[in-house]
Amino acid sequence: MDFRDSPAEADLRRRLRVWLAEHNPGLPASSTDDQYWARQAEWHTALYDAGFFGLSWPARFGGHALPAVFDVILDEEIAAAGAPPRPSLGYLVQGISAHGSEAIKDRFLRGLISGRDRWCQGFSEPDAGSDLASLRTTAVRDGDDYLINGHKIWTSYSDVADWCFLLARTEPDVPKHKGLSAFAIPMHQPGIVQRPLRMINGITTEFGQVLFDDARVPAENMIGGPGEGWRVAMTIVSHEREPGELGYVARYAKTVTELEHVVRGDPDTFRPDQHELVSWAHVQTEMLRLHVCRRLSDRLDGVDHGPGGSIDKLLMTWVEQTVGEAALAVSGSKAALDSNDAALKVYLYSRAQSVMGGTSQIQKNIIATRILGLPTS
Amino acid sequence: MDTRDTPEQAELRRSARQLAGDLGPSTVADLDDLARRRRLGAAVREAGWLDLRGEGDDAPLASGVEAAIVADALGGAAADVPFAGPVLAADLARRAGVTDTGGAVVAFTSTLIDPAIVSDAVTCAPIYAVDSDDAINAAYVLIPEGSGYRLAAVRVDGGPDPTGGTDLTRTVRAIPAGSSAQRIADQRVVLTGDDLAAWTALGFALTSADLVGVMRGVVDLTVAYAAQRRQFGVPVGSFQAVQHLLADAQCLMEGSLSVALHASWAVDNLAPNDARSAGRVAKTYCARAARTVCETAVQVHGGIGNTWECMAHVYLRRALLSSQWFGDDRVQLRALGHERLRAAHGLS
Repeated sequence: MDFRDSPAEADLRRRLRVWLAEHNPGLPASSTDDQYWARQAEWHTALYDAGFFGLSWPARFGGHALPAVFDVILDEEIAAAGAPPRPSLGYLVQGISAHGSEAIKDRFLRGLISGRDRWCQGFSEPDAGSDLASLRTTAVRDGDDYLINGHKIWTSYSDVADWCFLLARTEPDVPKHKGLSAFAIPMHQPGIVQRPLRMINGITTEFGQVLFDDARVPAENMIGGPGEGWRVAMTIVSHEREPGELGYVARYAKTVTELEHVVRGDPDTFRPDQHELVSWAHVQTEMLRLHVCRRLSDRLDGVDHGPGGSIDKLLMTWVEQTVGEAALAVSGSKAALDSNDAALKVYLYSRAQSVMGGTSQIQKNIIATRILGLPTS
Repeated sequence: MDTRDTPEQAELRRSARQLAGDLGPSTVADLDDLARRRRLGAAVREAGWLDLRGEGDDAPLASGVEAAIVADALGGAAADVPFAGPVLAADLARRAGVTDTGGAVVAFTSTLIDPAIVSDAVTCAPIYAVDSDDAINAAYVLIPEGSGYRLAAVRVDGGPDPTGGTDLTRTVRAIPAGSSAQRIADQRVVLTGDDLAAWTALGFALTSADLVGVMRGVVDLTVAYAAQRRQFGVPVGSFQAVQHLLADAQCLMEGSLSVALHASWAVDNLAPNDARSAGRVAKTYCARAARTVCETAVQVHGGIGNTWECMAHVYLRRALLSSQWFGDDRVQLRALGHERLRAAHGLS
């Protein structure tokens, strides 16, 4: 057991620190204004072009073929510099890598990793949330294409996406988990209409809603085989639940550092309970950083697509919501008086974490039955 | 960076859990089985675990990681045997350049947060020897000298079964005011503030690891009960309301393990103040988590969980002592706040 940097890790840390000192774009830690995503996209390409993104992914697709623990160093240095978190798309890379053909990987991974292609994920529907397998968007074969009809919702940043990782029903007459297939569908086409939703913190450019009306996707864009969509989706969501894949530790650490700066800059104007909540947010964030160290070290034995991500998702959710509560507490009455208060927006945004990527209740069902082995009723 | 156990650490983890499981108490009634308790004590001694932090070549025989692996295993079995007490005494003695004979623990003030400091040869308030047994009849206290400390020993009265303390598996023996403190003659090094910070880091690492073990043990116990106990014609563990409590408990245990591993590594690999801060972080998280997890265990056991015969309260009681020892979560949060405030203002 060793938490120290290897020489190669120390070298990356040094290079990152120098680069970050010059290139921190000074964005908020999470989505609290309408410019967030566009500027995060610029940050993605800047990080990638400097050689600091996609550290653990194959060199053939623009990655650096390093062990996954190098991402810990990236997150730590980003947090220390107060820079924005790394782009959260590792779960799509995992899904395409695990299930896509060589042709699919060659076609899509490089643009996804480099940030030249923007992606969204079309899973949830108005009537298929936690019960994802009941989704009703259809994909019907039409010559060399499939025709897509349906309604996707909570599709983050769909309005600026070039591609959507879409889950649709190809076989209506088989049990619900068995009739699904996954596609990479181009988003710039006439059969697609965007109707974004406004989130509770006022953001209007994140929460997508997409209507597919005879939209076309070439059959060769199917990821995995026909009817394998559920397996593909489960690989993706298992990694979408991992803070090590998402890089969220840097988000939380950045916010905690900002909160500490506020309360410790003028300590006597804050009550002991406010100081205590900030310290607790620090403890929670440290726990998650160290948990990610452990999970990514375990990947030295190979990537596991199993249910452990549900544990990580709950831990991450508790951290994000603890940080949100600390922000709210430090802001005090300002959060009740000013709808544009930044801490209020951080707090409100944190409430989504126990829903997105599978609700906390779904994670607990998975942990209870698949990890603890408790009987199902 | 590679936080996985080395093969030797994995083997120690396996063998320590096996020994603790074989010889630790399976039922509350087992706690009265003195023959079993003696076998357990002898096995822990023979395994050499009490000497892990004793003098090796210029360093302790084993790192904080190995010591924490054993603490975790003993906590998991609610093993009624001294471990952290004598190990902390050996660590303190090694730092002072004292030959430790394995017959001591450390005395704490009544808050159990800090080691007892006495100003001269006689103690003036009750102090407490934590985690000893009949074979241990001395407790170290500190006597200030210049900017550092010298070690002295006070006598701990053994007696048959001294419990009456909250933890049914480990002792806290009161040492009355007016006890005489004998300076240790062969102390070669005056203990510095850094020595005490590094030693405190070990205290955080061992108590945190014990709490992780307690959580694992009590979750295992409770999951097994929920799978077997039937109501409405089905196991209670098939109800989501119960499943979600246990899922929360499992997550808290996993997060605690991650943070406790780091604290145990930090003992010998970070500067003393940084190791102590890492320990505070671990202790805060583990103490809060263990309280919730043990309360969950009592709840899921229902009426049985509120009876003396159920092991759940044995774990809860052990968690209460491990949480208080070296200071609980609120104490650590306050200390972390002060330390980070000083750091923010450029003080160290």
